[in-house]
Amino acid sequence: MAIAIEVETARGAGHIDHGGHGHSEHPPTSTGLDSRKMLMWLFLASDCMFFGTLISTYMIYRNRAIELGTPPYPNEIFDIPYTSVSAFVLLMSSLTMVLALSAIQRGDHRGLRIWIAATALLGAIFVGGQFFEFTEFTHEGLGLSTSVFGASFFVLTGFHGAHVTIGVVWLLSILFISLRGGMPAEKAVDVEIAGLYWHFVDIVWIVIFTLVYLIPYADGPEGVVEEAPHAFLRLVTVGERFLAALPF
Amino acid sequence: MADHGTHEHHESAHEGAHATNQMYVRIAIILAIITLVEVVIYYIPTIRSVLVPALIVLSLAKFLMVVGYFMHLKFDSRLYRFMFASGLVITLGVYLALLAMQWTRGYWFPLPAA
Repeated sequence: MAIAIEVETARGAGHIDHGGHGHSEHPPTSTGLDSRKMLMWLFLASDCMFFGTLISTYMIYRNRAIELGTPPYPNEIFDIPYTSVSAFVLLMSSLTMVLALSAIQRGDHRGLRIWIAATALLGAIFVGGQFFEFTEFTHEGLGLSTSVFGASFFVLTGFHGAHVTIGVVWLLSILFISLRGGMPAEKAVDVEIAGLYWHFVDIVWIVIFTLVYLIPYADGPEGVVEEAPHAFLRLVTVGERFLAALPF
Repeated sequence: MADHGTHEHHESAHEGAHATNQMYVRIAIILAIITLVEVVIYYIPTIRSVLVPALIVLSLAKFLMVVGYFMHLKFDSRLYRFMFASGLVITLGVYLALLAMQWTRGYWFPLPAA
């Protein structure tokens, strides 16, 4: 009923939704809403189910490695301080993304380029950090076929990393188009749609960070979780190793 | 919203007017603080018994803030909200169904010998 009212009022008003910001060149639609934006929301809803299935599978099998005695166990290999920094980086990329959208809606092309570049950079840092984390786990003996924990963990976080990588490519293409002068304020909805995708990737990580990394495992993290000061000090060591692993 | 034909849209336009860059920065700071709190409480043994509900509440708060403000769902059409919520509800259903299968795994799918 609510949707019917929404559609009818939109029809009656004869307006088209521009996402609340900027102006779209999109022709009028039967719903009064931008079809591309609606399609993106539908895609995100379907992607929710995709990640929901992967997260559900992980949640069900997360303790199997402990139950079946197939090390390494999650409590032993997860590096919470390191992953916290990754989570922070991705959260901040959501801020830069929304600032990029705000800039193009004001017609501030320089601002758009700066914030889009910053978002792509933060996304690339996140993906690099995930690659480093995967490499560390592999060195510690956790592979895709080591245990059902390893399989469900790598598939879940790997697909998320692939989403972030696609997002970075998308953002760089927007940056490239903008540099060539092809991103006027009228096309702000294009940036908004990319932003919806990017923020979705961020909220998926919010869920993964909590459910995969922070919630304790079957035998509890007591005795396995290191002291907090030591954990945070170890960030320095992790940072040094990360820098040493860079090819340049 | 560009549509000013209904009370909802008047309201949305009014709310949208408050979505400034300063507000985005404030939201980001709050998100960063919540993340820090999540990590800190993870290392406090005395609250281990309430850790899981606390983490879920905190991550739900982060989720809603990003969806509501950064994705503008708070200010946008209800149709978008409905579509996204539908995906979330089905996702929850999938999780509950898988959980039910897990609980009854010995009944539906006999376990292989360990």
